[in-house]
Amino acid sequence: VTVGGHTAIVGIGATEFSKESGRSELRLAVEAISSALADAGLVPGDVSGFATMGIDTNEEVEIAKSLGTDDLRFFAQTPYGGGSGCGVVMLAQMAVACGQADVVVCYRAMNERSGVRFGQARTRPFNVRYGWSSPFGLLTAAAKGALLARRYMYDFGATSEDFGRVTVVERAYAATNPSAWFYEKPITLEDHQASRMIADPLRLLDCCQESDGAVAIVVTSLDRARDLKQPVVEIRAAAQAASWDQEVVTAYYRDTISDQPEMVLLAEQLFRKADIDRGDVDVANFYDHFTPLVLMQLEGFGYCGPGEAKDFVREGGLAIGGALPLNTNGGQLGEGYIHGFNGIAEAVRQVRGTAVNQVPGAAVALVTSGSSVPTSGMILAKA
Amino acid sequence: MGGDIENKEVQRPAPDINQDTAFFWEGAKEGKILIQKCSSCGRLRHPPRPACPYCHSFEWETQESSGRGTLYSYTVHHHPPLPGFDLPVVVALVELEEGTRLVANLLDVEPDRIEIGSAVTATFIDGPNDLRLPAFRVD
Repeated sequence: VTVGGHTAIVGIGATEFSKESGRSELRLAVEAISSALADAGLVPGDVSGFATMGIDTNEEVEIAKSLGTDDLRFFAQTPYGGGSGCGVVMLAQMAVACGQADVVVCYRAMNERSGVRFGQARTRPFNVRYGWSSPFGLLTAAAKGALLARRYMYDFGATSEDFGRVTVVERAYAATNPSAWFYEKPITLEDHQASRMIADPLRLLDCCQESDGAVAIVVTSLDRARDLKQPVVEIRAAAQAASWDQEVVTAYYRDTISDQPEMVLLAEQLFRKADIDRGDVDVANFYDHFTPLVLMQLEGFGYCGPGEAKDFVREGGLAIGGALPLNTNGGQLGEGYIHGFNGIAEAVRQVRGTAVNQVPGAAVALVTSGSSVPTSGMILAKA
Repeated sequence: MGGDIENKEVQRPAPDINQDTAFFWEGAKEGKILIQKCSSCGRLRHPPRPACPYCHSFEWETQESSGRGTLYSYTVHHHPPLPGFDLPVVVALVELEEGTRLVANLLDVEPDRIEIGSAVTATFIDGPNDLRLPAFRVD
């Protein structure tokens, strides 16, 4: 049984991306969902399911109480933080394809800058696995990712400048995106090199933003999508992926750590389900919490060989007109950090043909969720 | 740096410990790095877990590491502040000569002179809750 090819994203909505929303996370969620339903031409009474990331604080029934949605038939969450975003849409896809729900709204809402900041050292509920990192000072995602990045540099001769070129490209996209926090604020490689060290080799400008905001995505059947307001964006494939000896950023114990077997597994599933080759992808949105992990994703998806992503980026591969225009909204480095949900919305806009940095004729978009963690991804296509 | 990484006013985060992992922390109190070893197929594994991912046996014993290894990767943490640490702090990923890796601090080293592949040797430092933590110095 396959569910691919039967579902579509029919609505997207978002709040502004800021550093202090001044509103509750629940309100942000309800605002984004209301906007997404209006975008689709649907009303709250049409919704029969809600799905979000396990890390989201907004319970499905609390959302329903504000929207006035009754007869809720599906509610579900996916684990593993930033890796779980596209997995939420996968759950919605399965619920719709299996007939459990007709319209499912996926959402992620957070005051991640004005509230609990993920970039800070944080205490956690009881979990023995943090015992192998926290007592030694690995208390931030950046520090954990830095160990992977440093070994990647050693294995492949990549440099801090190679990481910085990812930020420069994304900030150029953000500079022309009015929704981006860094709208009209492009940077140079020199700016990147002058930014302060956070967790060597990661500089400030290698790290995604911390943001307040919300994004919502409406999923329904392909048949129903054809009767709704927007150009139809089909979910051609959605999948989750975790590999041998998988950990959450701290997969330090595999034979090699400068590659991402979970991304290889994700790529294999997505291209097979969507029945396309990687070369058929017109535009991509890769999860960009830290720049070296963007390079590793390019390699995991086979757009270049091991260690060659630095050359791919240097040669303009991520620009419009390049081999794989990437994070055309400015990504989480430039637009905002909504745990990858804003990247899903950008992929939808690209396929609709309504992105501010539109890839001409884009018909197929690839999206990933967090890398170096149990992850997920999607391929969206013009129906 | 190095021996000064302990901020005595706030203790660094303590590990959560359960039946699967207690042997490691008890060993550290005695100045030993203990590696979990499958009693069935003999393979070593770290971090500890209840069963062998290769042969699926629940039977295990421990092997004491020589404490010698090489630096596999590292980071120098500068920001944000960390409870219980004076910054910057050097966190190393060490590959023990037995073949498993572990995370620990690298002591008495200038951050700009750290080299992957360097030979390192284990020592132990005071940790939170009267625990001892493995740490390493470059040979």
